[in-house]
Amino acid sequence: MSNLGYARVREHYLTEATIGRVGVAIGLAAFVVALPPFRANAVWVPVFVGLLAIAVGIWVLSRGMRRPGWTAIGFGIVGIGLGVLATRASTGNLDQVVVWSALLSATLVWATPLTFAAIGGMFSERSGVVNIGLEGMMLAGAFFAALGADKFGHWWMGLVSAGLAGAAFAAVHAFMAIQLRADQIVSGTAINFLALGVTGYFFIDIYGENGTPGDMPRIPDVDIGFLGSVFGHLNLMIWVSFLLLIIAHVTLFRTPIGLRIRSVGEHPRAADTVGISVYATRYAAVILSGALAALGGAYLSIGYLGSFSENMTAGRGFIALAAVIFGNWRPFGAFGAALLFGGSTALSFRLAQPWGNASVLFQALPYVLTLIAVTGVIGRAIPPAAVGRPYVKQ
Amino acid sequence: LSEAATPPPPVEGDPEAYAPSVAKRMAFYQRAGGIVTPFLTAVFAFLMGGIVVGATGHNPLRVYKAIFEGAGLNWFLHFGNYHIDLPFTNHHIWFWWDTSTNHTAAYNLTQTLLTTTPLILTGLAVAFAFRCGLFNIGGQGQYLVGAIVGVFVGSRFVDMAHIPHVALAIVLAALAGALWGAIAGFLKATVGAHEVITTIMLNWVAYWGGSYLFGRDGPLQNHTDKSIPISDDIADGAKLSAIWGNAQLQALHSGIFFGLAALFVFYIILNRTTLGYEVRAVGFNPEAARYGGISVGRNFIVAMAISGLFAGLAGGLDILGWQFRLGVLDVQVSNIGFIGIAVALLGRNTAVGVGFAALLFGGLLTGTSTRSLDPEIFPPQLAGNLALMIQALVLLFVGADLLILYIWQARRKMRLPGAAKAAEKAA
Repeated sequence: MSNLGYARVREHYLTEATIGRVGVAIGLAAFVVALPPFRANAVWVPVFVGLLAIAVGIWVLSRGMRRPGWTAIGFGIVGIGLGVLATRASTGNLDQVVVWSALLSATLVWATPLTFAAIGGMFSERSGVVNIGLEGMMLAGAFFAALGADKFGHWWMGLVSAGLAGAAFAAVHAFMAIQLRADQIVSGTAINFLALGVTGYFFIDIYGENGTPGDMPRIPDVDIGFLGSVFGHLNLMIWVSFLLLIIAHVTLFRTPIGLRIRSVGEHPRAADTVGISVYATRYAAVILSGALAALGGAYLSIGYLGSFSENMTAGRGFIALAAVIFGNWRPFGAFGAALLFGGSTALSFRLAQPWGNASVLFQALPYVLTLIAVTGVIGRAIPPAAVGRPYVKQ
Repeated sequence: LSEAATPPPPVEGDPEAYAPSVAKRMAFYQRAGGIVTPFLTAVFAFLMGGIVVGATGHNPLRVYKAIFEGAGLNWFLHFGNYHIDLPFTNHHIWFWWDTSTNHTAAYNLTQTLLTTTPLILTGLAVAFAFRCGLFNIGGQGQYLVGAIVGVFVGSRFVDMAHIPHVALAIVLAALAGALWGAIAGFLKATVGAHEVITTIMLNWVAYWGGSYLFGRDGPLQNHTDKSIPISDDIADGAKLSAIWGNAQLQALHSGIFFGLAALFVFYIILNRTTLGYEVRAVGFNPEAARYGGISVGRNFIVAMAISGLFAGLAGGLDILGWQFRLGVLDVQVSNIGFIGIAVALLGRNTAVGVGFAALLFGGLLTGTSTRSLDPEIFPPQLAGNLALMIQALVLLFVGADLLILYIWQARRKMRLPGAAKAAEKAA
């Protein structure tokens, strides 16, 4: 990459895809101009900006790039719709819902558990093992983090217990999927049920009706005053998730380890031939995915809420799975999807005031978007070639 | 950019290199006697559940006995000299067991059978798709959609006569489930989207959709008390008739006949029709089926629609039979559709197997419920989670068939040298 000429750089960075991304940004702007602090009152403003985005999308389409083109057009249409709605809404409601700092920090809060689990799931799927059990591993992490933090008296002991518990559940899944060549969906479903049962059983057995104690050690916030109201008081785990994102990207695409993981997931026979241990790589990737998903769960219990309740992940593991797919099995893609999905959760809670119950529909947004993503209307999500297929040594 | 390279096509011509084929595994189940493996699976799962119970300071034997009695299965152990009424007449005839639901055992048994009905259907929903080579994880969503349509039709059209109203509600609920399932089949057939992903997503769309519809000021919230997030009650005319027990106390309803009939229909479709032949052919080997002139895509859609039909029917029957209304909480805590996965896999995706597995899980769910389990012996909150663990272990052991295969082969190997030595000695 380093010795690329100017022409190659131009080819790589000023592509139709990039221009499509600009179109997406303009589409978003169509909505944003109608919100505080801009507050465009006239309907034509968002419509104009949105049409601009659609025009960019059509141009990109005409150059033969389906995915960025349709994405920009989609964002343009949605931007116009939301923007027009926002110009019609009363300013009082808008100011109440659209508090950017609050919305952004809530987005980060809800995105962080998804980021951990999605990056974990990405490693597992990149190595060729489907991990439907993310939900269960996350739940196990949430419970054992609370248990560890409470019994050992340190939040970091909570994190350690969560990681170990997640790794243990993942090891069961790995053993089933890799060694016994069991159906990975069955095994993952079993992990989800097992985690639900085990955490519920021991939660009731240990804490009973009273729930986890209120004075449980919690993962601290990091106070960096000069970064402002949003980034100045983020939880440690949010910063760790940023770090994890970069490490995951570098590991996956810039190191021999990442190459091994990807080759095992794309073509295990070829990887085996050149001396990469398919089993060991897959074991490592799956166990890592469990530990990461569990850390995501730990953030929920001892980071954000400070308590554990039965089935508290409530489908977030599946949203993480959706983020893996929506993000096209890439760390930054998964992170972007996690932000989007976390944002829809945050918006759903904020909209509860003016919209009432209808705001829960925002909770369904991640699933609907993923359905659209896998249908390939806006570019197709392509999984690793050997995902879900057990490997037999010869 | 190296990571953007298109993935190489999967290795072809060497299917055994990846995993034992479906056919090979099916053959193994047959060889092991068909019933032995599921039986061992269940026994192991209960055994390990018992270890957890024992490790946390309870007596596993007493707990399982309490669950057995909570499920009402001890009813069968009490023989005597009783009567049952003949339907449509004033006569009654002699019967071996006491059918009066005044006794706890009989009452618990009605509850077990009540739970067994939807489990049969959601089990079939998973099993049917499985026979077509599809993994339908969306039984829960299809069940919910069926229940939502069931409660909608049941609570509207109040003036309709009993039979047409029930029929309309059941048919529409089943069709709604079929539609929900067919979406996944359609996406698989047209764009190749993996059905596991799409059905998971559809489950959650149904979950949040239901939470919206019956929530506060939702379109289907009840008209009497706007503070309760629950639907209107269905009309009396839309309720299924009680066949055993007191209708005021959640009696066993006639829906169980639909469940049993569905088992029969499942068997007939799969084994005695062209449709079933095609479905199974696609399930064994889609490429071979395509080569043989079968439209694989069409079978994906049809199989998912039929699967959804079973699950939607389950949702409709639960509403018309005993729930009579649907609330946000019901939508969010229900997991009948997910248990269907365990039912189907334990029942080896056959009609008879699903029937027995549904009864087992129906008994387990009822036996561990707050209503039936004796809290003196074992707290029901723990028991509910124990039931989940047992379910998970069943799934794990079903997946571990290869382990059993290894053990089976190892045992044969061990026996063979032994037999040879014995023969030498005899000589």
